[in-house]
Order: sequence, then C-alpha cells, then structure tokens
Amino acid sequence: MIIHDVPCPFCGCLCDDVSLVVEKNRIVGVENCCAIGNAKFLSKTRLKHPIIRRDGGWVEVSYEEAIDETAKILAESIRPLLYGWSGTYGEAQVVGVHLAEELGALIDSTTSVCHNPSILAIQEVGHPGTTLGQVKNRADLVIYWGCNPIEAHPRHLSRYTTYADGYFFENTVSDRKVVVVDIRRSEAAKIADEFIQVTPGGDYHVLSALRAMVRGRGDVVPGSVAGVKKEQLERLVALCMEAKYIGVFFGLGVSMTRGKYKNVRNAIELVSEISRKTKCTISAMRGHYNVYGFNEVLTWMAGYPFAVDFSRGIAFYNPGETTVIDLLERKEPDASLIIASDPGAHFPYSCNEHIASIPSIQIDPCVNATTALCRVQIPVAITGIEVAGTAYRMDGVPIRMKKVLETEYPTDQEILERIYAKVRELNGNG
Amino acid sequence: MAEMLLKNAYVIDPISGINGEVMDIAISGTKIVEEASRDAEVIDCRGMLTLPGGIDSHTHTSGTKVNFGRYMSPEDMRAGRTQRKGPMHVTSGYSVPTTYGNSYRYSALGYTSLVEGAMAPLEARHTHEEFKFTPLQDSFANVLFDGNWGMLKAFEDGDLKRAAAIIAWFLIAVKGFAIKLTNPGGTEAWGFGKNVSCINETMPTFDLTPHEIITGAIQANEFLNLPHSVHLHCNNLGTPGNFTCTLGTFRNVPNLNEKRQTLYATHVQFHSYGGSGWGDFCSKSEPIANMVNLRPQIVIDMGQVMFGRTTTMTADGPMEFNLYRLHHDKWSNHDVELETGSGIIPVNYRKKNLVNSIMWAVGLELALLVKSPWQCLLTTDNPNGAPFVKYPEIIALLMSKRYRDAEFATVHPDTGSRVPLPAIERELDWHEIAVMTRAGQARALGITDLGKGHMSIGAEADIAIYPLDVDSVDPAAEYETVINGFSQTEYTIKRGRVVSRRGDALVHGENTTFWVKPKVPPAYDLNQDEEFRSLFSKYYSVRMSNYPVQEEYLHRNHCIETETDL
Repeated sequence: MIIHDVPCPFCGCLCDDVSLVVEKNRIVGVENCCAIGNAKFLSKTRLKHPIIRRDGGWVEVSYEEAIDETAKILAESIRPLLYGWSGTYGEAQVVGVHLAEELGALIDSTTSVCHNPSILAIQEVGHPGTTLGQVKNRADLVIYWGCNPIEAHPRHLSRYTTYADGYFFENTVSDRKVVVVDIRRSEAAKIADEFIQVTPGGDYHVLSALRAMVRGRGDVVPGSVAGVKKEQLERLVALCMEAKYIGVFFGLGVSMTRGKYKNVRNAIELVSEISRKTKCTISAMRGHYNVYGFNEVLTWMAGYPFAVDFSRGIAFYNPGETTVIDLLERKEPDASLIIASDPGAHFPYSCNEHIASIPSIQIDPCVNATTALCRVQIPVAITGIEVAGTAYRMDGVPIRMKKVLETEYPTDQEILERIYAKVRELNGNG
Repeated sequence: MAEMLLKNAYVIDPISGINGEVMDIAISGTKIVEEASRDAEVIDCRGMLTLPGGIDSHTHTSGTKVNFGRYMSPEDMRAGRTQRKGPMHVTSGYSVPTTYGNSYRYSALGYTSLVEGAMAPLEARHTHEEFKFTPLQDSFANVLFDGNWGMLKAFEDGDLKRAAAIIAWFLIAVKGFAIKLTNPGGTEAWGFGKNVSCINETMPTFDLTPHEIITGAIQANEFLNLPHSVHLHCNNLGTPGNFTCTLGTFRNVPNLNEKRQTLYATHVQFHSYGGSGWGDFCSKSEPIANMVNLRPQIVIDMGQVMFGRTTTMTADGPMEFNLYRLHHDKWSNHDVELETGSGIIPVNYRKKNLVNSIMWAVGLELALLVKSPWQCLLTTDNPNGAPFVKYPEIIALLMSKRYRDAEFATVHPDTGSRVPLPAIERELDWHEIAVMTRAGQARALGITDLGKGHMSIGAEADIAIYPLDVDSVDPAAEYETVINGFSQTEYTIKRGRVVSRRGDALVHGENTTFWVKPKVPPAYDLNQDEEFRSLFSKYYSVRMSNYPVQEEYLHRNHCIETETDL
C-alpha cells in the first residue's frame, strides 16, 4: 500500500508530499523524502516497555506503574521542570501546559537552546515574515545567513526557494539569485551565486554595515568589515535594490553566535530598512518539526512562547531566569520530566549532571543519551507515523501529521493526560 | 434535562419586540422554552437588566496573527495576569489576552458569541485550535478572500459562478463562516511591497480593481446564499481623506437580500477621515453616516478608538507597514501565499495627540449619526481600536452627552474644530444599546434563525443578566453606574448553563463552532477541476489533500448548509 502526501516528522520544513510504502504495518519504502526524514521513517530500534531504575539496574514495569511513579515524583516535587516538547504534537503539548500549571512547574522547550535569541529579538522589534510559498512564488533573491540548508533542511531549497517553481518566474533556477553568508564555505555556499565569508562573530558588524549602505550612508563603512570587502557588500546591496522580493533565512549561525539576539535584531532591522525600498521578509530556520508548534501552543495558553514559570501561580516569563539552562545551572529543579527531546546529547555537562542527580522521567519512543540520566522512561507512539496530530511548520503553517501505522504504544497525549489526572488526584484536585 | 427559571427579569429583546417588560424566562436544556417545571432552578433577576447574550460581530481573538500579537509582546502579557481560580486557568495579556483570558473576560461582559474577523485559509487549523480553548463563547470565522488567486482569476475571466464555487470550496475546506475582504487588491499587491490607493485602481498582479473584487464577491455571496453578507474592510484604512474612497465603495452596493444587508463594512471609524494630510486631518463621519442612512443594504460597525495602549492587527499588510513608519515601535508582518497578508504593531492612543483624539470622536459620531442602531454596531475592532474590555465605557459615552462632554474636555484642545461631536445631542437608550451589542449583530450575521441574538421560544439560552436597575438609573447622568453595570454580569448563561457569575467563570463551557457548507452542484466540484488542482500543486507549499481542516478540529460544531444558485 502506498500512502501519499504524508508530512515528514523530522525538521521544520514539514514537507507534506512524502509517499510511504507500507506492508504488513511496516514502512518499507519512502519516496520524496530527504535522507534524514528517510532514516526517521525507516528506523526500527525502540524501547519496548516502560523502565524504572531499581537497585542499580533497569527493570521493566507496566505503564500504570510508570505513570504512578511519575505522578508521585512530580507531585512531591517543589520545583519541577517540564522540558522538551518539540518532537511531539500540539494536542499533547496542550496537556503539558495544563500539567505545568497544576504543578506550578517551569515549562520550557528546545527553543531555549536554538532560536530563543530570535524570539527575544522579535519581542523587541517585531518580525517581517511570510509563509514559505510566498518566497517560492515571488523571491528573486534568497539569502541564507548562518545556516546550511543542504545539510540541516535538505529539501528547503527544492520545495521553497532555489529550485522551486514560482508563479512569477519563467525559469526559477536562472531567474532567482542565491546568496549565502557564513563563516565557512558550507555545502549551501557551493551553490550560491554569491558567497560572503564572515569572520566568526562578525555578523553584527556586517549587518550594521549593510544597514548603513541601504540607508545611503555607505561612506561610513570601512574598506573591509569582519573579513568582507566593502565591494562585496556593495554588490549585495545592489542585488537587494534590484530585487522585487527578497527572502532572508537565518539559522543558529546568527542566533547562537557572539551577539546572539542582537544579531537577529540587527538582521530584522535591516529587513525593515530594505522594506522601505523593495519587498523583503526574514524567517528563522527552525529545527524540530514542531518546535514552532510548542511556541504557538504555550503562547495562546500562557502568553509567552517558551520558558514559562508557573511557580508564582501566574505565567511568569523572564528569559535568563526562567530558561532551562539557567535553571539547571542554578540547580533549582528537584525533579524533571523530559519529553520529545534529548538534552542528554545537547546540554552542557553541568546541566546534565543535575538532571541525573534528581528524579527525572523521560517520555520518548527510543532510548537516547537522556535515558542514562533518568529514573523512569516511558515509551510512546511516534508522532506522524503512529499518531496523528498538529504540527507547525517553521513559517507558522499548521499541518496535520498522519497516522500510517497501527501501534500498541500509547500516545504522548494519553500518557500526559494520565499523569495529569493522577497529579490532580494526589494534589486533592481530582 | 436541566431546567432554569429566570424570575422577574427586566427584559429587552429587540428581535422579539420586547422593550423593558418584567417577565419570567424558562430554560430547558440548552433552549428557551414556554415554561419550566417546579424542579427548575430559580434565579431571581428582580431589578436586573436581562438581555440576550452579547455577540461580537467583529473581533480578533483567535488565529495566527492574534497569537503573534501575544508572541511579540511580553509587555502586554505582563499587563494582565490572573491566577487560577476554581475551573479558571491562568491568564495573561491586556490587549491580546490568552485564549482563556479572552473567554473569561468576554463572558464577564455577558458575551456568548464571537466572530473572528479574519482567518487566513491556509492557517485555519490554528484558528480552530484556539477556538477550542475559548470555551465560553460560540465561534465563527470570517475567511480572508481579498487576495485569493483562484477567486481573482475567475473574476478576471468574468466567471462569477466559478468564483463562487471557489469561495465555497475554501469555506468548506477551512470550516469558515463568511467572506472577508481586507483591503481587496491592496493586500495582494503587498506581496511585492505595493498597495492600491482606492477602488478604481487596477492592482499590479491581476487585471482587476478593488471595485470589481468587491462587487464580484457580493454577487458570489448571494449565489451561495450565505447567512452573512460580504464582510468588508475597505481600502485605504487610516489615511487622511479616505472617506471619499469609503463613499465610493458604499455607493456601489446593490440591495440584493431581503433578510439582511448586502454589505457589512467593518471598523468604519478608520475609513471616515477628511483632510489632505495629517495637518488638516478631520472627521468625515457626517457624509459617511448620511450615506449609510440612505442605504439599508449596508450595515457598519464602529471600530471605536479608546485611549490607552493596545495592539493593532489586520490582514491589511501595507497599512500596518505605513503605521509602523509613523510609530517606530515594532512591526510584524506575515504574508500568506496565494491568499492574503497581515501585520501587527503595538499602538498607544493618546489624548494629547490630535489625530488620536479625532479618531476617538469619529467612532462615537458614526454611532450617533447613523439613525438606525441596526445599521451601526458597537465594536472596537478588538483590539485594534481598543481592547473589548472598554465596551462598557463606550456604551456609557453613547448614552450620556454629559459623559461625552466631560471626556471631550480632556482630549487635544484643537479637536473641537475638526469634529462635529460636541454638537451632537443624541443619547442612545437601553433598547438601542441592546440592538448594537446583540440583536443587530445577530441579524447582520444572519444567525437569528439559529437561535442567536434573541430570547424567543426555541432560541439558544444565551443570556446576560446585568446588575442594572433600568427604572432607577438615569444613564445620561449616572454614567458611572452604567459602566459598572455593563462591566460585570450578575450571571452569564451560555446554552442553558450559568457559565459566569460576577466576573468568575464557573465551568469550562461547551462552545460550538458555526461554519457554512454551500451545496455546490457536481459541475462546480473543484476537487475534480484540473485547473484548480494545478494551481494548488504548483504554487501552494501545502498539498491540496492536506489543506482542508479535518473534522478533528471541530470538537463541537454546527454546519450551516445552504442551497446555491450555481
């Protein structure tokens, strides 16, 4: 059986044109997908039962026992942390927010360690953005800044930019120019019409120089800025002024390098400046397929996109204080629930050390680096393969993930609802 | 089935023709009935103004741009935070509250139905998700068609029936309620950073004028027999001298429907400006109101501006960019491929600002100069003119010349020479307020037959009971009492249950989403139409099969099927 138009549960591109060959409730073929998505659709290893650490080893337990243990740990905790969320669907995230509210917990997502600075910049200066189809149909100039779509978002170029057919083009590949700005000649840089190599940490300077030039104050720009010759910057500005529509995409190379949110702020202000002369939009290259979805869910429920602390009885948000890394660095949490993410593989050592020192629970289909830090792990169905639900593409377009395989595994939503009910019971609110 | 008896209620129910009668209202289950049994729960409403539940025919409470308004504004979230209380969840936000915040606060004001003014079809799922978490009000979504390529192509080809079929396809796919046009032509032009100046300028990417889009959509709307009329945000919002554009738009509206208007023009305050620039900016509410008075086929809403901080958000992308260049605060924009756009900026309307003071006056003037309250409804275009929590103050301003004069004395001193407001003596009465906030809204939306906006036998038991003793309050003098009375219901009843008591939500609610399904004949089935399918597969970034909003997003819903003339 071939199932068409399946959305891919890997990256923020959320390509929804994948075809799957399913035989005997197994995916045996994947078409139209990139290598990373392929690997996810075809992966086989996973945890079979919930496990709890006892007497120095792991024992298999029932779901009920694992849920009871989780609820008890969380209900007894004074400063619980609920972290992750980017690899699960909106309907489960909603339950997570209600659980955080019930527990007076701090809830944060992987945004905290990727585009957190982009959000801070947006909260200062806004976001001239767009859906990806607008770029596909109109952009005659695409700028990738501090990101490498060929390796991180492999189909971004073919679906939305460089190689995508656009309504206003005779021949998109020849009519559309691509500029890549990065500290090294990445795979994406190799296909660019213009590659601008910035010395590490120099993005802010280059963005400032471009802003001055767009404003007609190129005279204040020196001959070379962060390793980039002024002539090349002038060429880029000329390209922008000739373009009818410019789509700027940026990655962690802008948001997580020196300058952080100020880089992004500068980039957004450059786009606002260019918008006075021609059309220009800017978009963040989001990582997990539903990292943006958690930002949306938490915002409509609590008012902020990430890092919300319910311990005061209200939704309190103060990045730098309520962000997961800061919280763990201060060793505040006395219990944690980690879902749909793998901090064990990505967080600083000291943070992981603290996660390991407190009772931590992981909800995830597979064993990963975080498993080693946890006391309980509850395996679940895989969103977009075994359970349907909502995910938000990197541009904010919500897409319904499909269920293509039957499974015995409970869903994230189901597990969280059971934990929530149990916690309410233990809190006397049941 | 649960029963309730509201005893000794002072009732104003304009659609039923009741104006100030003390009576009992019986409720059984979710409906208003002839009489209740002895087992019914009795609520004594003596000395309390009892109205059908409030309806907001144009507000922005759910969807992508609303949520982005929250996302980009932590300062606004901090400005309104409440703790958990009983079944009430934590809320944040002042001008763009969280979904629960919207729901609880609207319920405290006695509102039971909300129309989301602008839903981008491609992102409709999001709006429906937020509807789910707005538990105390029924939801309706206007669907943006201003830059819909399929519809525009059909208009270009002069094929109105095909355009109607395309509109029907999208309404059904996204579970929407009505056709919304926001700056028709201009929002599509914004795709390349452009705009159109008025209704007869040809847009850059299609060989069409806004006038052709508006009249085409009006015609298509009637082909589909939709409950509501076309819901229009005119071109040229917010610019000095735009009243001529608004008059030109209104002049061309035919009278096509006996039951309701042919055109609903929203937030007309923003479209009633004179002057050639900000220097000679002035009110042109009089010619606009006169035009509305002559044309029963038009209903407008005020879009009242009130002083203070708020967040502006609209599908009118170019307008928001212009506003950003005036305000220099922060600016978000979000274009939606093949369909529409949007923009968001925070705004602080200040009394010491002459333009803001004039804007404040224009909205009130429209409401006072339009003779029939059925033709001018009370809104702030929440949160664009002001957050909806300002409604009680607006009601009081309309009911009291003394209050208006007291406020007028505090605004920019030059306002008097630019607006007719000080010369207007009219004071609206309770009945007119009831029309402007519920009965008129229900009729304009075409939902009276669904039991909305009135308390006749068989109607939905959506009722607002205010602690206002009409017989002993002189609204012209006691405007503070009016403000307090309308700020918090004693009881808000939603579908036969008390959902809010003295400002506190009591239950989670069972809200319903209303959407339309025009019955399109097979000849117009676009799912089989190669040209339409090809438009989708080539230019949308989402597959056609994944586009329609699935039933899962409509946890409770009511589908309004219509016979079409296709």
